[in-house]
Amino acid sequence: MTSRIRAIAFNTFREAVRDRVLYNLVFFALLLVAMSPLLGEISIGVQRVLLINLSLSAISIFGIVISIFVGISLVSKEIERRTLYPVLSRPVGRGEFIFGKYCGLAGTLLVNTAAMTTGFYLALLLMTRSFSRADANILIAIYFLFLQFVVIIGLALFFSSFSSPLLSALFALSMFVAGTFAGDLRAFAAMGHGPERWLARAASYVVPNLASLNVITRVSHDQLIPASLVGYNTLYTALYAAATISGAVLIFSRRDLK
Amino acid sequence: MLVVAVLVVSITASFILVGRIAHAFPFSPMEDVLFMSSPEFVKRASLGYSGLLADIYWMRVVQYFGRQHQRDSTEYKALAPLLDITTTLDPNLVVAYEWGSTFLDQPPPSGAGDDAAAIALIRKGIRNNPDEWHLYFTLGFIQYLGQHDYLGAAKTFEEGSRVPGARPWLKLMAAKMLTEAGSLETARYMWQNIYNESTDKGLKRNAELHLASLVVDQEIPQLESVVSEFAGRTGHHPSSWRELIASGLLHSIPHDPTGAVYVLRNDGHVVVADWKKLPFIQKGKPE
Repeated sequence: MTSRIRAIAFNTFREAVRDRVLYNLVFFALLLVAMSPLLGEISIGVQRVLLINLSLSAISIFGIVISIFVGISLVSKEIERRTLYPVLSRPVGRGEFIFGKYCGLAGTLLVNTAAMTTGFYLALLLMTRSFSRADANILIAIYFLFLQFVVIIGLALFFSSFSSPLLSALFALSMFVAGTFAGDLRAFAAMGHGPERWLARAASYVVPNLASLNVITRVSHDQLIPASLVGYNTLYTALYAAATISGAVLIFSRRDLK
Repeated sequence: MLVVAVLVVSITASFILVGRIAHAFPFSPMEDVLFMSSPEFVKRASLGYSGLLADIYWMRVVQYFGRQHQRDSTEYKALAPLLDITTTLDPNLVVAYEWGSTFLDQPPPSGAGDDAAAIALIRKGIRNNPDEWHLYFTLGFIQYLGQHDYLGAAKTFEEGSRVPGARPWLKLMAAKMLTEAGSLETARYMWQNIYNESTDKGLKRNAELHLASLVVDQEIPQLESVVSEFAGRTGHHPSSWRELIASGLLHSIPHDPTGAVYVLRNDGHVVVADWKKLPFIQKGKPE
């Protein structure tokens, strides 16, 4: 089973890397990172903060765009090109196929994030001439961004298992936006009464809790991120991703592909 | 080949056309427009990228202030709301509180001359960053120079001195506020500390300008007193510095901190040659 998933994941990774849109996005993100020292020049006293905020936001935005738009096409492309059928005619389960695809895109995002992180640290070195202990703290924020991508890929894959690519993109994007308001939804639930209260509370748990996965502003001011948050976020992402992939597998297993 | 030629020509022509349009229909300045006036709404709309948006707003503050300052404007309507949005988006952006309150506090045309807004901003900074002693120092400074509230300034410096990592001279400042707050010496001591402590080039330059202005404020009365003494002896004002030197009352031609010679007017008053190079002087400004 592991070797089959690995093979699907590797093929997904290879296909994604060949995708020119992917290269363009990475190139653009690196360009933004390179631009940030210049932007710092037209401001006062925030060169380093701006470099961190701009670079990490670029990594996040491009990563999320890749997660959504490549994620929704993972299954639909295979059906459209009719390459899914020879795969499933072999001893490969639909669940293995979905999970393999998921791992392949997560691997692609990992490589992309690593490339953008390298670009960011080079820009930082160029600006500050040396690294400090606080610079290592930024890696935690980047790790959290990668966890965001892992969550979003799961959602994109889940929606694409039963919906068209356009609608899947719309749903995944809406979940991303709603996820940034998860805290507000909880606050809204606390203020409400009756059914609205329960509805708001349920919605706050269904949407991904992305606010706690975004610590860009905190690391830009060298604020330490507690180890417990790293643990909680890792566990939460694993559980949320498991739930979305399980949902996608369940729906895809029952889907009539004829 | 033809396609390449069309591409090059069309791009070049479009650039030229943009220039023509901009010339024919000048873009009306939008810096007074806030677009979104609620800081909380802007924060929600940032979708978690509030840090980046705060930096963008901070750039807008700097650009807006720079433009108004360059025009010698006395109106900085959008400054306080822009700073409020910036610091709501990123409550830990200490530089926005420090610089922002300076922009708000300095009298026009060097700033908005709005002490109340400056104090409100810096108090917000202290609430969000109680461990930043610089903010207490800035608040005390505004209370001292802007409001002449020496007792309030002494209290603020005292509070700031208790923050871990605060410089010991904050305590001394608290004492100075209670004993000799109105003196030039105290003002010089405070600006010298800002100059020594600042790592930011702009803040250092600002402190340097204030220190230079204090030198002028001290030298002008001294020079005018020499001129008065000459008039008392001779019955008329000196026509030049050389006349004063010849009388033995002055050793050499006096220069202001920018290196320019002080201007001796016919009515016996002394002014600086270019007050815009010394924007914070209280004395020696040509009327």
